[in-house]
Amino acid sequence: MPKARVGIVVFPGSNCDHDAYHVFKEIIGADTKFLWHKEGAVGDRNIVILPGGFSYGDYLRCGAISRFSSIMKDVVRFAERGGIVIGICNGFQILCESGLLPGALLKNGNLKFVCKTVTLKVENNKSIFTYKYGIKENIELPVAHGEGNYFCSDDTLTELIGNNQILFTYEDNPNGSLKNIAGIQNTKRNVMGMMPHPERASDKSLGNTDGLRLLQGVAESVI
Amino acid sequence: MYIAKILTTLRKTILDPQGKAVEHSLKSLGYDKVIDTRIGKYIELKIDAKDRAEAEKIAGEACRKLLANPVMEDFTYEITEEKS
Repeated sequence: MPKARVGIVVFPGSNCDHDAYHVFKEIIGADTKFLWHKEGAVGDRNIVILPGGFSYGDYLRCGAISRFSSIMKDVVRFAERGGIVIGICNGFQILCESGLLPGALLKNGNLKFVCKTVTLKVENNKSIFTYKYGIKENIELPVAHGEGNYFCSDDTLTELIGNNQILFTYEDNPNGSLKNIAGIQNTKRNVMGMMPHPERASDKSLGNTDGLRLLQGVAESVI
Repeated sequence: MYIAKILTTLRKTILDPQGKAVEHSLKSLGYDKVIDTRIGKYIELKIDAKDRAEAEKIAGEACRKLLANPVMEDFTYEITEEKS
């Protein structure tokens, strides 16, 4: 049986790379490997994960420096050819900085680093990322970020809504994000970014597997 | 040799919570006449350009490509010549 081939990009300062690796490799059983940021190509991978963390120490702006690392040039090419890219937390920030997703992530409105489990609402379950959830279903995922306050222009917001690009919203907004946005996809529907961590809620031994349907769904979508 | 002194700030339309926190602190110290506070970043580049125009071009490009994110930030810069 063919397998998803998952590449998890590792930047200096990534710290959720091993969590994502564990879920894809051990729980989902996908062909999974790390891609060091200095590598020039994603190779034979058909799913690329930009994991959470503090790449380059969040210097300048979160994700601003990672966006210009060698592997990102190929990640952009890969995404433009329709390859699946998921950015989680810092990965979402990198996707916005690189222009693969619209908008930007500002400092949390209350200036605090927020680290807790939040309730999300699935706003669109007709994407390769969310098809295993019910529409408007509530799921619980952990967040851990200081800059997760999603912002975009009014025109961009109109497009996000009109194109059904908003995948997840917060039920109780922890960071001040516009329209409670927690996760979005691009117009081609192959790139998605979210602040909450599905990979931290995918292993039964941690007591919550609400994130597994997302990651497993994506892995199954390429087989 | 030229020095580019670059300032980036959150765009005017975006609430700056850091600025607001500092503003409240200033108010509590009695500075009632401070009516707005915005916090930004200062970046200084030393540029080995042949003339001012080239230094301007490099600084402008650096701001647009990397130093500022146009979705959320505005930038200004000033070029000065440094005599060696």
